[in-house]
Amino acid sequence: MTIGLSHYLTVAAILFTLGIFGIFLNRKNIIVILMSIELILLAVNINLVAFSAFQGNLIGQVFALIVLTVAAAEAAIGLAILVVYFRNRGTIDVASVNVMKG
Amino acid sequence: MIASLFFYLFAAVLVGSGFMVIASKNPVHAVLFLILAFFNAAGLFVLLGAEFLGMMLIVVYVGAVMVLFLFVVMMLDVDFAELRAGFLRYMPIGATVGIIVLLELVFVLTALFTAPDTIAGAPDAGVNNTRALGQVLYTDYVYLFEAASLILLVAMIGAIVLTLHHRVNVRRQVPSVQVARDPKTAIEVVSVPSRKGLSK
Repeated sequence: MTIGLSHYLTVAAILFTLGIFGIFLNRKNIIVILMSIELILLAVNINLVAFSAFQGNLIGQVFALIVLTVAAAEAAIGLAILVVYFRNRGTIDVASVNVMKG
Repeated sequence: MIASLFFYLFAAVLVGSGFMVIASKNPVHAVLFLILAFFNAAGLFVLLGAEFLGMMLIVVYVGAVMVLFLFVVMMLDVDFAELRAGFLRYMPIGATVGIIVLLELVFVLTALFTAPDTIAGAPDAGVNNTRALGQVLYTDYVYLFEAASLILLVAMIGAIVLTLHHRVNVRRQVPSVQVARDPKTAIEVVSVPSRKGLSK
Protein backbone atom coordinates (compact mmCIF):
# COMPACT_ATOMS: atom_id res chain seq x y z
CA MET A 1 0.00 0.00 0.00
CA THR A 2 1.12 3.52 -0.62
CA ILE A 3 2.02 5.91 2.14
CA GLY A 4 -0.33 8.87 2.15
CA LEU A 5 -0.40 12.13 3.96
CA SER A 6 -2.52 10.71 6.77
CA HIS A 7 0.23 8.24 7.68
CA TYR A 8 2.68 11.06 8.32
CA LEU A 9 0.06 13.06 10.20
CA THR A 10 -0.66 10.05 12.40
CA VAL A 11 3.02 9.65 13.29
CA ALA A 12 3.24 13.37 14.08
CA ALA A 13 0.08 13.19 16.21
CA ILE A 14 1.45 10.27 18.23
CA LEU A 15 4.74 12.11 18.73
CA PHE A 16 2.93 15.29 19.80
CA THR A 17 0.89 13.34 22.32
CA LEU A 18 4.02 11.69 23.66
CA GLY A 19 5.56 15.13 24.16
CA ILE A 20 2.58 16.44 26.12
CA PHE A 21 2.43 13.20 28.11
CA GLY A 22 6.12 13.61 28.93
CA ILE A 23 5.58 17.10 30.32
CA PHE A 24 2.89 15.80 32.64
CA LEU A 25 4.83 12.69 33.60
CA ASN A 26 8.15 14.33 34.51
CA ARG A 27 6.83 17.38 36.27
CA LYS A 28 9.91 17.74 38.47
CA ASN A 29 12.71 17.34 35.97
CA ILE A 30 13.29 20.41 33.78
CA ILE A 31 15.67 18.57 31.47
CA VAL A 32 13.07 16.00 30.48
CA ILE A 33 10.47 18.78 30.11
CA LEU A 34 12.81 20.56 27.67
CA MET A 35 13.26 17.30 25.76
CA SER A 36 9.48 16.86 25.63
CA ILE A 37 9.18 20.33 24.12
CA GLU A 38 11.75 19.28 21.52
CA LEU A 39 9.57 16.24 20.72
CA ILE A 40 6.50 18.48 20.29
CA LEU A 41 8.40 20.81 17.95
CA LEU A 42 9.65 17.80 15.98
CA ALA A 43 6.04 16.63 15.54
CA VAL A 44 5.07 20.09 14.30
CA ASN A 45 7.97 20.01 11.86
CA ILE A 46 6.90 16.62 10.52
CA ASN A 47 3.41 18.03 9.94
CA LEU A 48 4.77 21.07 8.11
CA VAL A 49 7.10 19.09 5.89
CA ALA A 50 4.42 16.48 5.12
CA PHE A 51 1.89 19.11 4.03
CA SER A 52 4.61 20.89 2.07
CA ALA A 53 5.54 17.72 0.20
CA PHE A 54 2.01 16.53 -0.51
CA GLN A 55 0.79 19.87 -1.76
CA GLY A 56 3.86 20.70 -3.80
CA ASN A 57 4.38 23.97 -1.96
CA LEU A 58 7.84 24.78 -0.69
CA ILE A 59 6.77 27.42 1.83
CA GLY A 60 6.04 24.79 4.46
CA GLN A 61 9.68 23.78 4.44
CA VAL A 62 10.74 27.42 4.86
CA PHE A 63 8.48 27.61 7.89
CA ALA A 64 9.90 24.32 9.23
CA LEU A 65 13.37 25.84 8.91
CA ILE A 66 12.29 28.81 11.02
CA VAL A 67 10.73 26.50 13.61
CA LEU A 68 14.04 24.61 13.74
CA THR A 69 15.90 27.88 14.37
CA VAL A 70 13.57 28.95 17.14
CA ALA A 71 13.78 25.49 18.73
CA ALA A 72 17.58 25.63 18.76
CA ALA A 73 17.54 29.11 20.32
CA GLU A 74 15.01 27.97 22.90
CA ALA A 75 17.11 24.96 23.85
CA ALA A 76 20.22 27.11 24.28
CA ILE A 77 18.49 29.73 26.44
CA GLY A 78 16.61 27.10 28.44
CA LEU A 79 19.75 25.15 29.23
CA ALA A 80 21.58 28.36 30.19
CA ILE A 81 18.80 29.27 32.61
CA LEU A 82 18.93 25.71 33.93
CA VAL A 83 22.68 25.93 34.57
CA VAL A 84 22.31 29.28 36.38
CA TYR A 85 19.42 27.92 38.44
CA PHE A 86 21.40 24.84 39.41
CA ARG A 87 24.39 27.00 40.37
CA ASN A 88 22.23 29.08 42.69
CA ARG A 89 20.07 26.37 44.20
CA GLY A 90 21.89 23.05 43.83
CA THR A 91 18.79 21.33 42.45
CA ILE A 92 16.68 21.46 39.33
CA ASP A 93 13.37 20.67 41.00
CA VAL A 94 10.63 22.67 39.28
CA ALA A 95 8.53 22.74 42.44
CA SER A 96 10.83 25.21 44.18
CA VAL A 97 11.17 27.65 41.29
CA ASN A 98 8.29 29.80 42.56
CA VAL A 99 10.13 30.90 45.68
CA MET A 100 11.57 34.02 43.96
CA LYS A 101 13.78 35.31 46.69
CA GLY A 102 16.38 36.64 44.33
CA MET B 1 7.08 -0.84 -1.80
CA ILE B 2 10.58 -0.22 -0.48
CA ALA B 3 9.58 3.34 0.39
CA SER B 4 6.58 2.22 2.43
CA LEU B 5 8.73 -0.39 4.18
CA PHE B 6 11.20 2.33 5.15
CA PHE B 7 8.34 4.58 6.25
CA TYR B 8 7.08 1.97 8.69
CA LEU B 9 10.62 1.29 9.93
CA PHE B 10 11.36 4.98 10.55
CA ALA B 11 7.95 5.66 12.05
CA ALA B 12 8.09 2.67 14.41
CA VAL B 13 11.58 3.52 15.68
CA LEU B 14 10.61 7.20 15.96
CA VAL B 15 7.56 6.50 18.10
CA GLY B 16 9.38 3.90 20.18
CA SER B 17 12.34 6.14 20.91
CA GLY B 18 9.99 9.05 21.59
CA PHE B 19 8.30 6.92 24.21
CA MET B 20 11.64 5.96 25.72
CA VAL B 21 12.59 9.67 25.96
CA ILE B 22 9.81 10.33 28.42
CA ALA B 23 9.92 6.96 30.15
CA SER B 24 13.59 6.19 30.71
CA LYS B 25 14.99 6.51 34.21
CA ASN B 26 18.39 7.89 33.30
CA PRO B 27 18.37 11.31 31.57
CA VAL B 28 21.50 10.40 29.60
CA HIS B 29 19.55 7.51 28.07
CA ALA B 30 16.68 9.91 27.38
CA VAL B 31 19.01 12.24 25.47
CA LEU B 32 20.43 9.33 23.48
CA PHE B 33 16.92 8.13 22.60
CA LEU B 34 16.06 11.67 21.52
CA ILE B 35 19.07 11.57 19.18
CA LEU B 36 17.73 8.30 17.74
CA ALA B 37 14.32 9.94 17.31
CA PHE B 38 15.87 12.84 15.40
CA PHE B 39 17.76 10.47 13.10
CA ASN B 40 14.53 8.67 12.23
CA ALA B 41 12.67 11.95 11.73
CA ALA B 42 15.43 12.93 9.31
CA GLY B 43 14.77 9.63 7.51
CA LEU B 44 11.08 10.55 7.25
CA PHE B 45 12.02 13.96 5.84
CA VAL B 46 14.20 12.33 3.20
CA LEU B 47 11.31 10.02 2.29
CA LEU B 48 9.13 13.10 1.86
CA GLY B 49 11.63 14.66 -0.53
CA ALA B 50 12.88 17.31 1.88
CA GLU B 51 16.50 16.23 1.87
CA PHE B 52 17.87 19.60 2.96
CA LEU B 53 15.71 19.73 6.09
CA GLY B 54 16.58 16.13 6.92
CA MET B 55 20.29 16.80 6.77
CA MET B 56 19.77 20.07 8.66
CA LEU B 57 17.96 18.15 11.37
CA ILE B 58 20.95 15.85 11.78
CA VAL B 59 23.53 18.65 11.65
CA VAL B 60 21.74 21.15 13.88
CA TYR B 61 19.94 18.88 16.31
CA VAL B 62 22.18 15.86 16.66
CA GLY B 63 25.35 17.85 16.15
CA ALA B 64 24.63 20.88 18.31
CA VAL B 65 21.48 20.85 20.40
CA MET B 66 21.66 17.27 21.60
CA VAL B 67 25.36 17.57 22.40
CA LEU B 68 24.44 20.63 24.47
CA PHE B 69 21.77 18.62 26.28
CA LEU B 70 24.19 15.78 26.91
CA PHE B 71 26.80 18.23 28.18
CA VAL B 72 24.37 19.84 30.63
CA VAL B 73 23.00 16.50 31.83
CA MET B 74 26.50 15.24 32.52
CA MET B 75 27.70 18.51 34.06
CA LEU B 76 24.92 18.93 36.60
CA ASP B 77 25.31 16.73 39.61
CA VAL B 78 21.65 15.99 40.17
CA ASP B 79 20.00 13.19 42.10
CA PHE B 80 17.65 12.06 39.39
CA ALA B 81 16.02 9.36 41.47
CA GLU B 82 14.66 12.03 43.79
CA LEU B 83 13.28 13.96 40.85
CA ARG B 84 11.25 10.96 39.79
CA ALA B 85 9.47 10.70 43.12
CA GLY B 86 6.08 11.89 41.87
CA PHE B 87 6.28 9.91 38.64
CA LEU B 88 3.38 7.56 39.31
CA ARG B 89 1.34 10.20 41.09
CA TYR B 90 1.12 12.28 37.93
CA MET B 91 0.43 9.26 35.73
CA PRO B 92 -3.42 9.39 35.80
CA ILE B 93 -3.78 13.08 34.92
CA GLY B 94 -1.02 12.83 32.34
CA ALA B 95 -2.63 9.79 30.75
CA THR B 96 -6.02 11.52 30.74
CA VAL B 97 -4.69 14.63 29.01
CA GLY B 98 -2.62 12.57 26.59
CA ILE B 99 -5.53 10.36 25.58
CA ILE B 100 -7.83 13.37 25.15
CA VAL B 101 -5.30 15.10 22.90
CA LEU B 102 -4.73 11.92 20.89
CA LEU B 103 -8.49 11.39 20.46
CA GLU B 104 -8.93 14.96 19.28
CA LEU B 105 -6.14 14.54 16.75
CA VAL B 106 -7.60 11.23 15.53
CA PHE B 107 -11.06 12.79 15.12
CA VAL B 108 -9.63 15.69 13.17
CA LEU B 109 -7.58 13.39 10.96
CA THR B 110 -10.37 10.95 10.20
CA ALA B 111 -13.44 13.16 9.95
CA LEU B 112 -12.70 16.59 8.62
CA PHE B 113 -10.08 15.87 6.15
CA THR B 114 -9.55 14.06 2.87
CA ALA B 115 -5.88 13.68 2.30
CA PRO B 116 -4.15 13.56 -1.06
CA ASP B 117 -2.35 10.27 -1.35
CA THR B 118 0.43 11.05 -3.76
CA ILE B 119 3.39 13.29 -3.29
CA ALA B 120 3.08 16.24 -5.60
CA GLY B 121 6.10 16.70 -7.81
CA ALA B 122 8.63 19.40 -7.25
CA PRO B 123 7.50 22.78 -8.61
CA ASP B 124 10.29 22.82 -11.17
CA ALA B 125 11.44 19.46 -12.40
CA GLY B 126 15.20 19.14 -12.46
CA VAL B 127 15.78 21.50 -9.53
CA ASN B 128 16.75 19.67 -6.38
CA ASN B 129 15.30 20.40 -2.99
CA THR B 130 18.20 22.42 -1.62
CA ARG B 131 18.37 24.68 -4.66
CA ALA B 132 14.62 25.24 -4.72
CA LEU B 133 14.59 26.05 -1.01
CA GLY B 134 17.44 28.50 -1.47
CA GLN B 135 15.70 30.18 -4.38
CA VAL B 136 12.67 30.82 -2.20
CA LEU B 137 14.52 31.58 1.01
CA TYR B 138 16.95 34.18 -0.33
CA THR B 139 14.40 36.10 -2.42
CA ASP B 140 10.83 36.12 -1.15
CA TYR B 141 11.60 35.28 2.45
CA VAL B 142 14.88 37.10 2.96
CA TYR B 143 13.46 39.18 5.83
CA LEU B 144 12.32 36.00 7.58
CA PHE B 145 15.81 34.61 7.06
CA GLU B 146 17.37 37.72 8.61
CA ALA B 147 14.92 37.52 11.51
CA ALA B 148 16.00 33.92 12.12
CA SER B 149 19.65 34.99 12.21
CA LEU B 150 18.77 37.75 14.68
CA ILE B 151 17.00 35.21 16.88
CA LEU B 152 20.12 33.05 16.87
CA LEU B 153 22.30 36.06 17.73
CA VAL B 154 20.04 37.03 20.63
CA ALA B 155 20.05 33.42 21.87
CA MET B 156 23.84 33.25 21.70
CA ILE B 157 24.37 36.54 23.56
CA GLY B 158 21.69 35.63 26.08
CA ALA B 159 23.21 32.25 26.85
CA ILE B 160 26.66 33.81 27.31
CA VAL B 161 25.35 36.61 29.54
CA LEU B 162 23.37 34.17 31.66
CA THR B 163 26.13 31.68 32.30
CA LEU B 164 29.19 33.96 32.48
CA HIS B 165 30.12 34.88 36.01
CA HIS B 166 33.34 36.38 37.33
CA ARG B 167 34.60 34.74 40.48
CA VAL B 168 36.64 36.86 42.86
CA ASN B 169 40.08 35.78 44.16
CA VAL B 170 41.03 34.24 40.86
CA ARG B 171 44.30 35.20 39.19
CA ARG B 172 43.65 35.99 35.57
CA GLN B 173 45.44 37.75 32.74
CA VAL B 174 45.06 41.49 32.27
CA PRO B 175 45.93 41.94 28.61
CA SER B 176 46.07 45.76 28.76
CA VAL B 177 48.78 45.66 31.43
CA GLN B 178 50.74 43.11 29.45
CA VAL B 179 50.53 45.16 26.28
CA ALA B 180 51.42 48.41 28.07
CA ARG B 181 54.86 47.17 29.22
CA ASP B 182 57.77 48.91 27.56
CA PRO B 183 61.47 47.95 27.37
CA LYS B 184 62.49 50.34 30.18
CA THR B 185 60.49 48.51 32.81
CA ALA B 186 60.66 45.05 31.34
CA ILE B 187 64.37 44.67 30.60
CA GLU B 188 67.32 45.26 32.88
CA VAL B 189 70.73 45.37 31.23
CA VAL B 190 73.50 44.05 33.50
CA SER B 191 77.16 44.08 32.59
CA VAL B 192 78.65 40.91 34.06
CA PRO B 193 82.32 41.19 35.10
CA SER B 194 84.59 38.45 33.83
CA ARG B 195 85.12 35.43 36.13
CA LYS B 196 82.87 36.87 38.83
CA GLY B 197 79.40 36.06 37.66
CA LEU B 198 76.34 37.62 39.14
CA SER B 199 76.46 35.95 42.54
CA LYS B 200 76.87 38.41 45.38
